[in-house]
Amino acid sequence: MNEKAITCKGLTKRFGDFIAVDNISFEVNTGEIFGFLGANGAGKTTAMRMLCGLSFPSSGEATVAGYDVFTKQESIKKNIGYMSQKFSLYENLTVKENIRFYGGIYGLTNAELKEKGEGLINKLGLHSESKKLVGELPLGWKQKLAFSVAIIHQPKIVFLDEPTGGVDPVTRRQFWDLIYDAADSGITIFVTTHYMDEAEYCNRISIMVDGRIDALDTPANLKQQYKAETMDEVFYALARGAKRSAD
Amino acid sequence: MKQFLVFVRKEFYHVFRDRRTLLILFGLPIMQILLFGYALTTEVKNAKIIVVDQAKDAASEQLIAKINASSYFDIEPGEDMEAAFKKGNIRCAVVFPADFENEKRIQIIADASDPNTAKTLTNYLTSIIQPPSAQPYQIIPVTRMLYNPALNGSMNFVPGVIALVLMIICTTLTSVSIVREKENGTMEILLVSPFNPTYVVLAKAVPYLVLSLVDFILIILLSVFVLDVPIRGSLLLLFAESTLFIISCLSLGLLISSVTQSQQTAMLISMMGMMLPTILFTGFIFPLENMPLPLRIISYFIPSRWYYFIVKAVMLKGLGFWAVWKQTLVLAGMTVTLLTISIKRFKIRLA
Repeated sequence: MNEKAITCKGLTKRFGDFIAVDNISFEVNTGEIFGFLGANGAGKTTAMRMLCGLSFPSSGEATVAGYDVFTKQESIKKNIGYMSQKFSLYENLTVKENIRFYGGIYGLTNAELKEKGEGLINKLGLHSESKKLVGELPLGWKQKLAFSVAIIHQPKIVFLDEPTGGVDPVTRRQFWDLIYDAADSGITIFVTTHYMDEAEYCNRISIMVDGRIDALDTPANLKQQYKAETMDEVFYALARGAKRSAD
Repeated sequence: MKQFLVFVRKEFYHVFRDRRTLLILFGLPIMQILLFGYALTTEVKNAKIIVVDQAKDAASEQLIAKINASSYFDIEPGEDMEAAFKKGNIRCAVVFPADFENEKRIQIIADASDPNTAKTLTNYLTSIIQPPSAQPYQIIPVTRMLYNPALNGSMNFVPGVIALVLMIICTTLTSVSIVREKENGTMEILLVSPFNPTYVVLAKAVPYLVLSLVDFILIILLSVFVLDVPIRGSLLLLFAESTLFIISCLSLGLLISSVTQSQQTAMLISMMGMMLPTILFTGFIFPLENMPLPLRIISYFIPSRWYYFIVKAVMLKGLGFWAVWKQTLVLAGMTVTLLTISIKRFKIRLA
């Protein structure tokens, strides 16, 4: 378990003159739940997109699941799952069809699809809805389903980009139960979020300000370091120094 | 390969569950074919005319009866042609002078604010009126209308409409379906998956290729059985050429999808942006030969122009591949170029 799930050294992304991600370095341990925090426009999503292979870094180095992001994108893709900010299932496909589609493009066999699909539906309690179009489900269920689909191929790492946006606290709590389950099964979780209560659920968190990582530690250590009661206060203390305005 | 099939199946689910797509796919061709076949025809039937008979003798009456008997004209009552022209009640007037028997001249007046109709009507009239010649010899021009002896207007339109409909459907559906994935955020998921981006493009194209061919068959059936347009050449050749044309339109759709961000824009560009150039520069409504050089040059870059020529040659004239190989070559060149550019552009976006 000593192998690092993600390593980054001096990772930078420039768009013209604008430096979206400025020389960030960090490591994520295997099996860890790593929170990636920051205000809107701080560069979280750009950093995550570079690690997923959706965007090429301008400079620096990074490995994901032991593979180099510059040269081994194909190998990385086989070993990661991804859930974007936008809801990412097909609304006019049923629950089962979505599972079959995403499982299918990750190369799962029919037997695996059947087994995993049923397990997933049982776990989420979606039995009576399995033949409904996903568009008809409430948002909370969609998000839980999207997460379950993102890890259907048992990736080594799953990237979650603000997965709980717009979801009520109860559903968010249930969503985090799913995340813990996934972490227990050995999947490394890399999650960006706005919600500070969610930050508390992470093993370690990093806080991005203006494209840099200004803080990186366990929630308890950070609170101690910034002499704060809650993660909210830690976040405000750091974000106050930001020069970029939120979008 | 299995991943590919999974993707294609998903595409079919999308098509059959989306009413808008189905409407474009099957409503549009049926509507266009019937519209062009029945409503938009250059044939003139039952044109209203007025006859001013100042002679009122046997010869003039005989001629009037002949005009009246033809299906092209309906003689309106009254002789006030000026007022009738002004009101737009009549298209044409025939005036017999008082001294018709000796003079042997009549006057035909047509409303040339619509020059095409005016010309057609005067042609019809002169052919009806042609007097038996009293000259020692007579030249009888024997006209043969090749390929379309009945001057069935649909025969000109059908190949044009096939080109138009395929062009619009293929580009619209492909571009919209890809842009929809971008809009919904599912494209990112696909790009993060191990599924090869080139396969994404191909998996998108295959279902629409199949559906477009179904559309093509539908149009052909409608043309043959409803509009009485014959297929004189090889059906197989026609099918192969259409497949080539469809692929070039699909590539165009891919290209549009790579420069647009919303479904509305994609739809607008591919429907409006394709409709007008196709109608203008294909040659099935406005003859390309009469266009100024710059416009003629533009028309060379419109794939439907070449396809239209091929369909006409194969379908109506019954010619074989030897007659259309040049056009086929141009079309194939365009297809390869478009496909290469769109796949390249698609890949660039991933980086």
